[in-house]
Amino acid sequence: MKVSKCDPRLAKYLIEQYGGADGELAAALRYLNQRYTIPDKVIGLLTDIGTEEFAHLEMIATMVYKLTKDATVEQMEAAGLGGHLVDHGFDLYYHNAAGNPFTVACLTAKGDPIANLYEDIAAEEKARATYQWLIDITDDADIQDGLRFLREREVIHALRFREAVEMLKGYQEEKKVF
Amino acid sequence: MDPQWHAYTPYSSALDPCPPRPKAYIVPPNQYVIFQPHGLRQFAPREALKRGTLWPELYSPYEHGDRGGGRR
Ligand SMILES: [Fe+2]
Repeated sequence: MKVSKCDPRLAKYLIEQYGGADGELAAALRYLNQRYTIPDKVIGLLTDIGTEEFAHLEMIATMVYKLTKDATVEQMEAAGLGGHLVDHGFDLYYHNAAGNPFTVACLTAKGDPIANLYEDIAAEEKARATYQWLIDITDDADIQDGLRFLREREVIHALRFREAVEMLKGYQEEKKVF
Repeated sequence: MDPQWHAYTPYSSALDPCPPRPKAYIVPPNQYVIFQPHGLRQFAPREALKRGTLWPELYSPYEHGDRGGGRR
């Protein structure tokens, strides 16, 4: 991950995708939990995407770390991270941009594959929207690069989940590999 | 602006405190695909890695400032 400048203000916003309701942690936990009971033909998809989300979590963590690791106490305070500093120092923590701690209450498992997959689709679209706002609020070209990549992955994930719905509906062309 | 963007104009009153700004939302190409067909064109591997997808047809561009001519 490349980051152009020390900007703790941006870290405060990026943390939304670390410990927020539509962030990468929530996505990974949601899919890797649903995968056990989803019909066989889409277990692999949920496992793959859930694992990929952990890789995205690492990308976000690296950005946040690089944006804050050499900031001064004064810079952290000026960025609105004074509360974070007192509670966590320079450690990362699973909370959203507003400082609320991560909770699994932001994700569900309904015991119904269609209901679960529609939640997954919505989660991907919400993550895409979050990345859009983050790109809008960031002037760091290197961070924008990383965020654009992550946003495009959400576009693809949403399509894959919609294809999974089609497979469960009994779409004619079975067993496709991409 | 990329054709994936859709502009709209909400009602604005003479009494609104701020001058109206352009409003738009983006609809990525995945919304028009039910099941990805075989044999779509592909980016070169490095290009695909950078963009986050192998397929130009599924690529959605999004640049800082795309939304309503920028924020600053
Ligand atoms: Fe995703």
